[in-house]
Amino acid sequence: MSTLTATPETPETAPAAQGRPAYRVTGRRVLSSEWAKLWSLRSTWITLGLGLVFLVAFGVIAASHYKSGLGSGRPAERDFANATAVSLSLFGTNFAQLALGVLGVLVTAGEYSTGMIRSTMAAVPRRLPVLWSKAAVYGLVALVVATVGAFGAFLVGSRIVSGTPAAVSLGHAGVVRSLLGAGLYLGLVAVIGAALGALLRSVAGGISVLVAALMLVPGLVSLLPSSWQGDISPYLPSRAGQSVFALTHDSTTLSPGAGLLVFLGWTVLALAGAAYRLLRSDV
Amino acid sequence: MIDAEQLTKRYGEKTAVDGLGFTVRPGTVTGFLGPNGAGKSTTMRMIVGLDAPTSGSVTVNGQRYAHHRAPLQEVGALLEAKSVHPGRSARNHLRALALTHGIPRRRVDEVVEQAGLGSVAKKRAGAFSLGMGQRLGIAAALLGDPQTVMLDEPVNGLDPEGVRWIRNLLTSLAAEGRTVFVSSHLMSEVSLVADHLIIVGRGRLLADTTVRDLVREAGGDSVKVATADPTRLRDVLAGPGVEITGRIGSEELQVTGVSAREIGLKAAEHGIPLFELTSKAVSLEEAFMELTRDAVEYHGSTTGTETSRSAA
Repeated sequence: MSTLTATPETPETAPAAQGRPAYRVTGRRVLSSEWAKLWSLRSTWITLGLGLVFLVAFGVIAASHYKSGLGSGRPAERDFANATAVSLSLFGTNFAQLALGVLGVLVTAGEYSTGMIRSTMAAVPRRLPVLWSKAAVYGLVALVVATVGAFGAFLVGSRIVSGTPAAVSLGHAGVVRSLLGAGLYLGLVAVIGAALGALLRSVAGGISVLVAALMLVPGLVSLLPSSWQGDISPYLPSRAGQSVFALTHDSTTLSPGAGLLVFLGWTVLALAGAAYRLLRSDV
Repeated sequence: MIDAEQLTKRYGEKTAVDGLGFTVRPGTVTGFLGPNGAGKSTTMRMIVGLDAPTSGSVTVNGQRYAHHRAPLQEVGALLEAKSVHPGRSARNHLRALALTHGIPRRRVDEVVEQAGLGSVAKKRAGAFSLGMGQRLGIAAALLGDPQTVMLDEPVNGLDPEGVRWIRNLLTSLAAEGRTVFVSSHLMSEVSLVADHLIIVGRGRLLADTTVRDLVREAGGDSVKVATADPTRLRDVLAGPGVEITGRIGSEELQVTGVSAREIGLKAAEHGIPLFELTSKAVSLEEAFMELTRDAVEYHGSTTGTETSRSAA
């Protein structure tokens, strides 16, 4: 305001008037701030590393287990009856989703538990850019890490099970889509974690709801009458998400495209809830 | 410049801020005083948009805080000491805030030095002492080179050297023409730096005044004189700016506007014997206590009767 009025004041009495740098908050700057925030915490490195290790290690373990089961001449276990190199190597998604989802919760709820959110919101009082930036930055990072992990797990896992009934190669139809789908699924789990953290503003609460949504609800739904189950079950976050990266689909699961749409829907719902709370309640 | 109009904040049944209206002007240090629970922190949070007012409004440099293009350049605020992620280093914390505004790295280094954090800038903020944390908060407040600096209880946890640093910082910021708004529940701290005072209690404005006026209104700097001839002494001392009170028939007078030394000299000159001559300086602290007595949220009891009764 004072830059327009040419006041004859000396610089001492009007520091704001002259030579004042023109700072400005922009979407890209908020993104870069969130990027810097993410990497300046040790927990990020640890949790991402853990997610990557889970993804690769459990995939390799599952593949080895399958191979040794065949070698010892045991009848294929029920879980492994329809196993493919893809399903075996993506066995770790169950565990990686916990690590990545929890880090998502920490990215947002961690700011509330530490008080950092006051600094953040004082710098960006419009608030919403912070939520979008956190979701975008962390979602992309998780996507990249998970995709790398999925391909890594497959490369090792498919070599282990080569020559068995489960063997499929990278060139096999749907394999690359499945692996990319796993990365996408885990990236979206990370975004959902961040949204839940922002919605609940509590690390414990966010993690509880995340675990419940991804792991407990499917079990609860299986208690429902089976006619309902068929209608509800494919649309649950976990089931819809699994159909994004499953290599084979049957009548009880959604197609990869439909599964992705449904899972995106859950993500948008969580983000919308987070945005609503962010705008409506005091920090 | 901060402008509050009919600012009100309710949390359910409890009214934290109740129709508060005041203006904080540039070029001076304005103290924001009140007992604990008077609504100071809530008011400050509303100024930077962390809390939304239930009714009323507050603007900064003519606009709501959130509507500014570069909020950190308008108001630099130190809120509660804990507004930092303990896992992040001091420099990374400041850097993350700077990035939102496009504030250059050079400026981050400047405020780190200014706050005396140079040697610990790479340490995790969680390992900081209370005083260091406070310095980091102040560094963050100065980051955007703001026109208005607002500090909530800035000397909390600071050592004497830190307290002096804050005082000098506040006065120099005001001398540069900035608006400086500092809250405290201790009058003694604020009176050393502030010219203007906004005093609140139970969320309401109790006084919007200057340090000098507050003392005067509280009957500060008066002299108690006892003499055999109060009527003559009144005549002798009378003059512009001099106020003399005393009950009729009493030997005692309360005089303001003349020093004890002058009264003694004048009385001697006119041969009026004095029995007593006492300067009675009402401290700011007393004036403040007097003003906020009814508004104190939690009264401490210093009487021993309660304990002796329960012991019996």
